Amino acid sequence: MPAILEVNDLSQTYGSGSRALTVLDEVSFHINPGERVAIVGPSGSGKTTLLGLCAGLDSAGRGQVVLCGAALNDLNEDQRAAVRNQSVGFIFQNFQLIPTLTALENVMIPAELKGQRDARPRASALLEKVGLADRMHHYPSQLSGGEQQRVALARAFSNQPTILFADEPTGNLDDATGQMVEQMLFNLNAEMGTTLVIVTHDMELAERTQRIIQLKGGQVVVDRPTTNPA
Amino acid sequence: MNNWPFILRTAWRDSRKNRGRLLLFMSSIILGVAALVAINSFNYNLQRDIDNQAATLLGADLVVTGNRPLAEELLPLLDELGAERASKQDMFSMARFPKGEISQFVRLQGLTGNFPFYGQLKTEPASVRQRLDEGDVAIVDNGFMGQHGLDIGDSVFIGEARFRIIGRLLTDFGSANVAAGFAPSVYMSGASLAKTQLIQPGSLVNYNTYLKTPTGKDVSAWVEKHEDAFQNDSQRLETIEGQKENLSGAFANLNAFLNLVALVSLILGCIGVASSVLIYVKSKIPTIAVLRCLGMKGRDVFWVFLVQILGLGALGVLAGTVLGTVVQLALPILFRDFLPLDVTTQISWTAVAEGLTIGMAVTLLFAMVPLLSVRRVSPLRILRTGYEDDVEQRDYARWGVYVGIFALFLGFLWYLTGHLRDAAAFTGGLLLAFLVLFGVARAIVWAVRRFFPTGWNFVFRQGLANLFRPNNQTVTLLVSIGLGTAILTTLFVVQGLLLSNVAEMDAGNQPNVILYGIEKGQMETLTDITRRYDMPVIQQVPIVTMRITGWQGKTKEEWLADTTRQAKRWAFNREVRTTFRDTLDGFEEVLEGTFPKPLAAHGDTVFVSLQEGYAEDMGLEIGDDLTFNIQGMPLTTYVGSIRKVDFTKMRTRFLILFPDGVLEDAPYFQVLVTKSPSPAATAAYRTEVVKALPNVSVVDLSSILDAVSDVLAKVAYIIQFMAVFSLLTGIIVLVSSLLLSKLQRIRESVLLRTIGASSRQLLAIAATEYALLGTLAALTGIGIALVGSWVLATFQFNLDFYVPWGSIAAIFVLVVLLIISIGLLNNRDVLRKRPLEVLRAEG
Repeated sequence: MPAILEVNDLSQTYGSGSRALTVLDEVSFHINPGERVAIVGPSGSGKTTLLGLCAGLDSAGRGQVVLCGAALNDLNEDQRAAVRNQSVGFIFQNFQLIPTLTALENVMIPAELKGQRDARPRASALLEKVGLADRMHHYPSQLSGGEQQRVALARAFSNQPTILFADEPTGNLDDATGQMVEQMLFNLNAEMGTTLVIVTHDMELAERTQRIIQLKGGQVVVDRPTTNPA
Repeated sequence: MNNWPFILRTAWRDSRKNRGRLLLFMSSIILGVAALVAINSFNYNLQRDIDNQAATLLGADLVVTGNRPLAEELLPLLDELGAERASKQDMFSMARFPKGEISQFVRLQGLTGNFPFYGQLKTEPASVRQRLDEGDVAIVDNGFMGQHGLDIGDSVFIGEARFRIIGRLLTDFGSANVAAGFAPSVYMSGASLAKTQLIQPGSLVNYNTYLKTPTGKDVSAWVEKHEDAFQNDSQRLETIEGQKENLSGAFANLNAFLNLVALVSLILGCIGVASSVLIYVKSKIPTIAVLRCLGMKGRDVFWVFLVQILGLGALGVLAGTVLGTVVQLALPILFRDFLPLDVTTQISWTAVAEGLTIGMAVTLLFAMVPLLSVRRVSPLRILRTGYEDDVEQRDYARWGVYVGIFALFLGFLWYLTGHLRDAAAFTGGLLLAFLVLFGVARAIVWAVRRFFPTGWNFVFRQGLANLFRPNNQTVTLLVSIGLGTAILTTLFVVQGLLLSNVAEMDAGNQPNVILYGIEKGQMETLTDITRRYDMPVIQQVPIVTMRITGWQGKTKEEWLADTTRQAKRWAFNREVRTTFRDTLDGFEEVLEGTFPKPLAAHGDTVFVSLQEGYAEDMGLEIGDDLTFNIQGMPLTTYVGSIRKVDFTKMRTRFLILFPDGVLEDAPYFQVLVTKSPSPAATAAYRTEVVKALPNVSVVDLSSILDAVSDVLAKVAYIIQFMAVFSLLTGIIVLVSSLLLSKLQRIRESVLLRTIGASSRQLLAIAATEYALLGTLAALTGIGIALVGSWVLATFQFNLDFYVPWGSIAAIFVLVVLLIISIGLLNNRDVLRKRPLEVLRAEG
């Protein structure tokens, strides 16, 4: 079975000359469809840069990223946007909801962008699944942090992505809310059969995935299966 | 292909919570378009009214006007028209009203026949015009009668005759009421005017013959055929078509000024659009990053926001058009004292269409400048909030928009003025001002960073550093506030120069009373009276009237047949009024030749001196011959010198100057120039002169200047009224520019507060930054305004330029205070909120 995400000899350097800063240094790994992977590492290890490159939010300096069969380096920004819309879902630490749209409209966006006609019922169903059936027409500013992240979760699945990238999904939530969101994330992921890539500091969360890739100084120092996946 | 349904849906959904924020943007558009529509509607209505009312303003199908009676040989030509004729002679003279012992400089109008054929003299009683032929009766200006308590039935002495007032003149015929301020009209019959014996050789009389042609008669063809014959006899032909053109031409300057005001409001509105859209775009960057992250193409995101802006812009343009149409109702009231016709107030669909088109075009182009960067916003911003490399890349589309803006202004101005050169000059000037402001702003940012005073106190250093720190708004604010200040200050300074120039004419030792029509034997009596009133005889000038009959070896008739002739008709067809003296009067300067030429050196040859413009229009140079007919006597002279004459001073001025010893025996009348210490002295002096010498006219320049000042005060009021548009738009630009800077500074202020800065320190930092920005913007704007005003004063209005330092200082203080106040008001919510609240909201 071909890998859904292939990262080959990926390097990223910012600045130039004596001020050049290498954030990623020849990173390579493959992730298979349906796999749940955690990328961990200390601050400044290159986790967020790696997430941005894998998800096609940025273009790589050297090396190659192949996402869902598309070599991202060969694509321009609009073509990468099309790949993201067709195959990728996102969850961010700061929720990143659009403040001027209601919860329902936020969730509808990815499906609408994809041109799916059933965006509204699908979004309603997803919001029901995350327990926000009665909050659909609220604006983000009218929701709590946990509720906002649940809307973000629903939005992440609304375009039926093949792969989901989550950047510290519980980092802004208290323990109880964090655990509830975590559980919802794993449940939805299992139900949809999505590949999951989580960037996190939280080793407890990381251990619930199937595999941990640990970065240090821009290099992969550990790539191992977990012992007790969820 | 764009996903249009999604783009439109997203634009609509996202706009719901943003409409209030876009109010500023809409306000700029509303005011700019309102000014444009109001002014253009007024202009179009004025043009239509000129077309409709030209016949009633002229009073006939054809009018022949000259400063002497029609020559016998021209009468058969007029007979060809088969027209009914009437005539009007008008001249200025003195009138004495025994009731209250009032003497007044008046405009006498002697009517013969059925004048006017179209339109009417508005009088009280209404039909009193028909009674003028009763003889020894007159109709007098109603305003003047009211002012001096005169009634119908009272007497008036004019020249050698006495008249009974039989009616009040409510509205003078075919002219604005400006002259009525210093020379009220007195109507009488032509026969009555003759009885006054004021019409003598050399008298300044206008002879007007009015003709009403039979229906269907082609007046234009007749005029084309015979115009030269009339012009060669110094007679001017006026037709209804010509009247329309003249009136349109006369109002061209008014139109140009009003268009300038509209344009200023529009430009300020454009700056407002650009700054408010920039604020909006900056606030939307996180949303854009999310949309990009979720897979939306940059182009589609751009369309979402463009649709929003255009939608709200269209509403603003529409509201501006409605407001402009309402405001135009007030303009005829403002201008009624200056217009000889009644201006109607109809909706001008042309002006509405122009407002809508221009409004939408400027909204589109100026919104595009900040909006284009939306296409470049990277989804990476979602992970890295400080990331800004995306929008800082070179974008050629933006240059396309700049070219579009330049072309729009050039095209619009060309359309308004009808002159490509004027349009290019104004657009170029605007571009130059923009570049100067931009250059100054960049230089300031560089200089502050380069010479930063590290030893100064914390608050001042913070405020100063904000001028060059990342995300600084120095350039944007300096350009927008500076340009607004420059435009408004220019308007203000030029207006002040115009007003003070008039006031100056009556100041100090400038003469303020001129007496003319003095016969040879009357000068002694007059100087006696003048000295008895302790008034100086500043000038005593003889005036001889003559006609030009030939030059450069050919007669006038030969020149008229010569197609190589350079001399202009006005220059040789006019009745020339000259004087003779051997000295320059202090307001003249010899440019070429010698003045006076010593007669002894040249025998009997007479050398005259010509004013430089007149010599140019006659195509004459030093040594050329010039032949005159001096009331029947031919005289050949030669050009001995060419003079520059200062026409701005209150003195008699002459295009042609003879030396002493030539014209002394010719029939002439004289002018006496004096200075009266007070209006009361002028009135008493005038009454005594008129009693002793009824043929002498006493012109009180002070009252003329008062009338002109009054007119200018009204013009100033109109300028101020129109400038309110510019001012309001300017304040909106100011607010939106400062909101922009608030967006940049809010996080810094909150962080400083978090680490312990007091409200007072934060306020002081903000006040320092805004005071510096205000000072720099005001200084640059004022600098540009002074250069612009100097150019306008020197080359457009021919005024002596000076800097009104007091007013400039007031403008400076006002702009700086306004910026500090609005800036601090902007920051007040930062101070009110708890740091955590803001930090959370900022994410």
